[in-house]
Amino acid sequence: MYWDKDIETIDRKSLQALQLKKLQGALRRSAETPFYKKVFSESGVNVEKITTLDHLKDIPFTTKNDLRLSYPDGMVTVPRKEIVRMHASSGTTGKSTVIFYTKKDVDEWATQVARGMVATGTTPDDVFQNMMGYGLFTGGLGLHYGAEKLGCMVIPMSTGNTLKQIQFLQDFQTTVIHITPSYALHLVEAIQENGVNPHDLFIKKAYLGAEPYSEATRNKIEEQYGLDAYNSYGMSEMNGPGVAFECVHKNGMHLWEDFYIPEIINPETGENLPDGEEGELVLTHINREAMPIFRYRTRDLTRIIPERCACGRTHRRIERIKGRTDDMMIVSGVNVFPSQIETVLMNIPEVGNNYQIVLERENNLDRMHIKVELYSKMFSGDIKELDRLKKNLGEALRALITINPKIELLEPGSLPPSMGKAKRVIDNRIL
Amino acid sequence: MPYQVSVFAENKPGKIERITGVLSKNNINIRAITISDSGDYGIIKLLLDRPQDGATILNDEGITATVKDIVAIRIKDKPGGLFEVASFLKANDINVEDAYGFMVKSHDEAVFVFQVENIKKTEKLLTDAGFKVLADNELYLL
Repeated sequence: MYWDKDIETIDRKSLQALQLKKLQGALRRSAETPFYKKVFSESGVNVEKITTLDHLKDIPFTTKNDLRLSYPDGMVTVPRKEIVRMHASSGTTGKSTVIFYTKKDVDEWATQVARGMVATGTTPDDVFQNMMGYGLFTGGLGLHYGAEKLGCMVIPMSTGNTLKQIQFLQDFQTTVIHITPSYALHLVEAIQENGVNPHDLFIKKAYLGAEPYSEATRNKIEEQYGLDAYNSYGMSEMNGPGVAFECVHKNGMHLWEDFYIPEIINPETGENLPDGEEGELVLTHINREAMPIFRYRTRDLTRIIPERCACGRTHRRIERIKGRTDDMMIVSGVNVFPSQIETVLMNIPEVGNNYQIVLERENNLDRMHIKVELYSKMFSGDIKELDRLKKNLGEALRALITINPKIELLEPGSLPPSMGKAKRVIDNRIL
Repeated sequence: MPYQVSVFAENKPGKIERITGVLSKNNINIRAITISDSGDYGIIKLLLDRPQDGATILNDEGITATVKDIVAIRIKDKPGGLFEVASFLKANDINVEDAYGFMVKSHDEAVFVFQVENIKKTEKLLTDAGFKVLADNELYLL
């Protein structure tokens, strides 16, 4: 089953010609933006000289930090009146990374999602319960628009509210869910505790995303619910979810190459690696009107599967993400960098320089513990002061990273010293 | 005015052993001890015969300690002894934030130690009313 058979099964040569044409258009438009004008002039890139896809290598990488440098709209190629949407992810120094969309961009993003959903067999007959967060985070709205475009009945539940989720799964006979793997594991227990056999529900498919998880977890979720679970890939910098999607064969995710040019590089040297070799995924968004991004360092490790897929799609697949080249953590679907936490801690005089982040999975939900040492010189001897400090720390962190960590105040000297490469993050979760 | 030593302690076995060990080695006598607990951590409050030395030594040993002003008064060791002071404090609208008491060797007297917002004012009020407020040396040498 295809959403658009012609483009999904296009021959490689025509696809590459299409990519080049779109790349050249995106480059020309971006050359006028404050950010890329400067980048192209500093690195001597003449966009008119990009005449083959191979020339893409001449363009410098774009990093997450570049997105911050161009805050709020240094990469935007269209007038404000043409923008209909923005999404943002939290930043390490308080500045968010912001992505803008025109009406056409929002619609094409929905197209990418719809393609993926159709590739797994979803049809307009399906009832789609979206348990991913709505808001600045792209996870909820991304699949929402895709499912609507496809014609499903969409239940925009967002995260949490477990009892209502269960009630709606039953009352509206939901057939497709979008959920983080950790919440899926939690929800199935809640379903059983409510005296319902998950196999008696109508769910046939789950789209799992926003968090890393293993093949073993997928199998567990499939077995516990009696459904097929599909892997998808995306990030707000490249619109959101829908960049790549598994088809019914569940063997790698088709990356929509008429929208993106994928490269795999050696994260140390930046050199391109051949198809099949593992490295960092670099993506160029060649189709976004409002905000093209060239050679974006995703920091995700994967490989391109060059072999043709049995489903007939010619868009190449990427393998399940193996890990990250940076220290980003994904906690309850939220991307968190240790440096964000450090910034908050260092602004509070009562805590010392040492800290440790411990991630646990309790009842299938992620828990973040932050251990901080009390700074002896600021110790007042008053327990109310300590309780207040703990509360203030928790609130400051929640405001920045949107998750609620458990703060543990420790005696000075209890954590390993901060000299050299201290191990700041201890991840005890079994993904 | 007297001082108590407040020590920050995580709630785990061996903390009191460690603190008292350091004090013992340095020949510092503990007159009273009390613990405020807040789940994962707490504050151990110690009445020491040499509070300033005690705090310094504990900090040198890597134990977070600080000295804190307190009020100490002598009360009668008999029914109603504490009630007398408590009534006075209430009448003067003084809120006791944290308190403990101990007996002294003479058996007819006890000491009531407590924390309030305005220590000087409280001490003056108590003295004027005829209570036996203890100065720091008096307290530690009891």
